[in-house]
Amino acid sequence: MSLDDRYFEYPWRRHGYDHDRYDWTMLADRPPVTWPGGKRLAVWVNLSLEFYPLNQRGEPFKVPNGMKMPYPDLRHFTLRDYGNRVGVFRCLKAFDRYGVRPTVAINSQLARDTPYLTRRLLERDTELLCHGWNMDHLHYGGQDPREEREQVKRSLDTLNQLAGRPVRGWLSPARNQSWHTPDLLAEHGVEYCADWVNDDMPYPFRTDHGPLTMMPLPTEIEDQFVIGQNLHSEDSWVEQVQDAVDFLAGEAAEQGGRMLGLSLHPWLIGQPHRIACLEAVLEQLSRRDDVWLATAGEILDAFNTQTRSER
Amino acid sequence: MKESLGVYDYWPYEDRPKLEWPNGARVAFWVAPNIEFYELDPPDNPHRKAWPQPSPAVPGYAIRDYGNRVGHRRQMALLDKYGIRGSVSLSVALCEHHPEIIDMCRERDWELFSHGIYNTRYTYGMSEAQERTMIRDAMESIHRHTGQKCAGYLAPALSHSERTLDLFAEVGSELFGDEGGFYTCDLFHDDQPTPVSVRNGKRFISVPYSLEMNDTIVYTVNKVEPRHYATMLKRHFDRLYEEGAESGTVMCIPTHNYQVSCPHRIKALEEALEYITGHDGVWLATGREIAEHYLAHHYDTAVADIERRKGGAQ
Repeated sequence: MSLDDRYFEYPWRRHGYDHDRYDWTMLADRPPVTWPGGKRLAVWVNLSLEFYPLNQRGEPFKVPNGMKMPYPDLRHFTLRDYGNRVGVFRCLKAFDRYGVRPTVAINSQLARDTPYLTRRLLERDTELLCHGWNMDHLHYGGQDPREEREQVKRSLDTLNQLAGRPVRGWLSPARNQSWHTPDLLAEHGVEYCADWVNDDMPYPFRTDHGPLTMMPLPTEIEDQFVIGQNLHSEDSWVEQVQDAVDFLAGEAAEQGGRMLGLSLHPWLIGQPHRIACLEAVLEQLSRRDDVWLATAGEILDAFNTQTRSER
Repeated sequence: MKESLGVYDYWPYEDRPKLEWPNGARVAFWVAPNIEFYELDPPDNPHRKAWPQPSPAVPGYAIRDYGNRVGHRRQMALLDKYGIRGSVSLSVALCEHHPEIIDMCRERDWELFSHGIYNTRYTYGMSEAQERTMIRDAMESIHRHTGQKCAGYLAPALSHSERTLDLFAEVGSELFGDEGGFYTCDLFHDDQPTPVSVRNGKRFISVPYSLEMNDTIVYTVNKVEPRHYATMLKRHFDRLYEEGAESGTVMCIPTHNYQVSCPHRIKALEEALEYITGHDGVWLATGREIAEHYLAHHYDTAVADIERRKGGAQ
């Protein structure tokens, strides 16, 4: 019994990373960034609007929160659809009540197929991120590059056309990427991506078509992870968000601005028994005078204006 | 394959010879931050997949990178605050990738011990010679970068062979004599150190490194709420502190900078450290210090007692 010799070769064992996408720097060592009005913590609330096809292909893996039962899985299909019919409007009402402007990551197919919903979002002047075509159109290593290019282009073209302006941000379904995804995004005009959850600040990310800014949208604090996957109570989720905000605001006071992206799923948090917990979170956020409630694009602009002039 | 591991004997927790820690402490308390490097595109191992998705596995890679970019400094600041020197379970390739972290550990006189080369390279399927080479590479790397003679081992991603402990002890002896390769964190059978037999007959022990208190097990396997983790840590400590009045115990908090240092979780660790370090009878130690103390003062008594009780003697 033995392994191939290649298993004992370490071609990337060098300073920095085992790839060239971004530089190795520790957050604590970077020059402090200040947010408008001297706020300490920039918070963007992201609402993900997703279409999970009933005839899920699961290529190359079953997307989390997708179909689980033998076809036709009415149970999961309709529960997810609930979010786009009912939950989303409950969430929008909650945002209005506390003056929070969400950023919305939407699957382009959903935006095309639910014109009412898309119009409602655009009327509210909502900042949209492209969330890929649908939740069963993953971007993945080994994917045919032509297929992925078409997928990226179709997703962006569709959403740009519906929005009447270029969409600036991207969130891949399941935050999964191929080796080419960042290059394709930059090539098609995307300015920021939220897939890599490795920082509490935006940071520059290299592509073959110029820089992207990575705007991490953390999985570990999002509703579907805490409540849906970890099965923590809704009240615990509220506490966890509160603890995160307290900690990051405290760290920002010593080290410079911090960012928190709070990602929500209307099929989960938009349920009648959970919405009050979202309201509790929004209420807390809106009351804090050290928190800058902004859209992802606003944070991106503040970050890039400041850091690019310093570079 | 063997039916039983066979590297230690059955040894009941009651009526053991009294374990005494320095200054009459009841609990030897150590924190073992795992500082790991996971590869974005690791080679395949026929026995275990590194990532659930085809490479690049961005979700899994990115959160672990968060640990090193963001989390490490938060955790280090907390350990500084409570006067705790970490005993680092190190993916040694980090010496090359992120030497800035290694320097900070050195400045604080933290212990660095081997957790393999990368946490995406598993022991499964290795020949004895290959595993020996990997273990040697890791121990030599730590020595080259820090001057430390690596004393402890936690197999990469807890992937073992039947020979892992033997090889670690042997390579330690070859490189450093009795000053290296003398304790393992891979066994979870006790709340006190215990002698472990290795092939070269070296004085070798297990130092308790609790999987039950390990943040990754707590958060991702057992899916515990962050504030409850603080409660668990305090309860765990309370009982070991109580029992430690009779005979010394060991408490370890194994951590991962990508788990404990998330902004919604770090308070749990802080609360626990504040509580534990607030007790008088606590020896804030490193894994190596615990092992050295045990080998110097308790190993022989333990071996004799185990021998005496083997046949069922009370």
